[in-house]
Amino acid sequence: MVMASVATDSPAAVAPLLALRDVRKTYNLGQPSETEVLHGLDLQVQRREFVSLIGPSGSGKSTLLNIIGLLEHMTSGTYALQGESVHALDDAALTLRRRLTLGFVFQFHHLLPAFSALENVTLPALMAQGKVSAMYLQRAKDLLAAVGLEKAMNKRPGQLSGGMQQRVAIARALIMEPPLVLADEPTGNLDTASSDEVFLQLRRLHAERGISFIIVTHDPRLAARCDRVVELIDGRVARDEAIAHV
Amino acid sequence: MGSHWLGFELRVALRFLLEGRKQTLLIVVGVAAGVAVIAYISALISGLQSSTLNKTLGAQPHISVRAPDDLVQPAALAEPGAVVSGDTQPRAQRIRTLANWQAIAALLERHPGIAAVSPMVSGSGLALRGEATLAMALLGVDLDRYDRIVGLRSKVVAGKARLQPGEAIIGREMATDLGVRVGDRLSLQTATVLESVRVTALVDLGVRDLNRRTVIVPLRTAQSLLGLPGGATSIDLSVKDVWAAQSLAAELRAQFPGKVESWQETNAQLVSALNAQSVSTALIRGVVLVVVVLGIASVLVVSVVQKRREIGILRAMGATRGQVLRLFLVQGAVVGALGSALGILLAMALIKAFTAFVRGSDGLPLFAITLPMSTAVQVALVATVCGVLAAIAPARSAAALDPAQAIRI
Repeated sequence: MVMASVATDSPAAVAPLLALRDVRKTYNLGQPSETEVLHGLDLQVQRREFVSLIGPSGSGKSTLLNIIGLLEHMTSGTYALQGESVHALDDAALTLRRRLTLGFVFQFHHLLPAFSALENVTLPALMAQGKVSAMYLQRAKDLLAAVGLEKAMNKRPGQLSGGMQQRVAIARALIMEPPLVLADEPTGNLDTASSDEVFLQLRRLHAERGISFIIVTHDPRLAARCDRVVELIDGRVARDEAIAHV
Repeated sequence: MGSHWLGFELRVALRFLLEGRKQTLLIVVGVAAGVAVIAYISALISGLQSSTLNKTLGAQPHISVRAPDDLVQPAALAEPGAVVSGDTQPRAQRIRTLANWQAIAALLERHPGIAAVSPMVSGSGLALRGEATLAMALLGVDLDRYDRIVGLRSKVVAGKARLQPGEAIIGREMATDLGVRVGDRLSLQTATVLESVRVTALVDLGVRDLNRRTVIVPLRTAQSLLGLPGGATSIDLSVKDVWAAQSLAAELRAQFPGKVESWQETNAQLVSALNAQSVSTALIRGVVLVVVVLGIASVLVVSVVQKRREIGILRAMGATRGQVLRLFLVQGAVVGALGSALGILLAMALIKAFTAFVRGSDGLPLFAITLPMSTAVQVALVATVCGVLAAIAPARSAAALDPAQAIRI
């Protein structure tokens, strides 16, 4: 084996960002209320992709996003994240992968109300190192400036509008520079103007930083502005196509 | 995890506590009240006990060694196997000297656990002045030695303690009853002898009855009054550790022929009262601690429920189960520590108030209570540890939350 080729040939570099195969998820396994919500689903996402995940309520979008986000275990199937098989890892190992590989943006922003915008953004760094180094503090300020919140850094979430809060959450998702950001209805709670603003920020960060995004949305307008649309119906992929932008 | 241990946990815990201002304040005040009760009761009871002990032991020796009781010796032993029918009347106990007391006293003086040794001749008689006659308890002592046992000089209320031949120190009430002042003369009468002495000082032994009866004279005077030339009826001892008196007495009993009694045996009721007091104090402290623990635990349980979502989001962002667990343990510790600090201050204020407002009939504080630093630190530590213990169950339930579910709610 030639050591020099390791960097480019390592599985993490050549493998897709994530690869799910034959994923099944059953809730209340073994009980009368047992329901299978994902029926043998396959999905691959490459680096730098901007994917929207759409589908009617109950189609399994959120469950799939939780599985991708290592927040839920699948009942059967395989999951490789950056070429590494992760479906059999224990809680501590999954927590570490979440911290380093994934950023989350939720429908309800989920900022901690007792912390300022800047402190919320630096929380993942505090969690990882027990303190916020100057490097992360600067990065958090840059990210907040990038989402247009340089003047609101020291405000509490309660003092910010819904759109601003969601932009803080986006900055927080990016602080550890993860290769993949998962967003569950990031604009679902916002009016059209704020929604467009937040979406524009996501697209811009994607273009500037080469981060992959998977966005769950109900909004066909937003889905149409992504690079690829994956539609789930009844726990199966019903449509998976690239969108050509003019 | 990371270079700054608890950096994340401590910061988030403090914010959570600050955020739940009212809840936090209530429980901190609750812990403070508990800690104050525990610290104050501990100080009060230890003050009360040492005051009681001082009062009791101030007028009596820690251990006394006396001559053994006179026993009736049967004239002849019965033949083995013979049935004897008889009734032996107990002997009347006369005053008699402790055999070989000089040698015993010298031996006792060398014992490392014994602080002072004082031979004594004691008996009874009458104190006479004019028409007045009072029963007296006559104590013949060497003033310097006896002073080391009961601190006689500090109990003088009039005159100056001095015991030359022909001099006496008497109790305050006896002086009043006989109309005697310092410098006056007084007659002491026993079964065989009548002798006149001059009063050099009046003492207050702390018990009115003792003050009414006690006459203290030089050893030789008492020997001649009681017909015991060169004798001593008992040896009084004061020991270095008051609570070791009983075991020391047992040790001496095995070595010497005399009757050895410790203050615990002489005051068995007092000792059992003190013990009962200690046990009930411990019970009260235990109950208060349990209440404190339950209070902290219930507030944290509520906090975990309120913060489910935030815990979920922290977990999603990469907080480990251990970090979430410690986040709540730290909250328990902080509440316990803050409450302790406040509680100790409160206890000090209570003690100040007690000293200022609760006074005896003489206008002096009833007894001294202080909160020793060691007790304060001990109570504060225990309360803080209890805070952590109280947080264990809520912290575990927080750590066990499923992040996906917690976020969805």
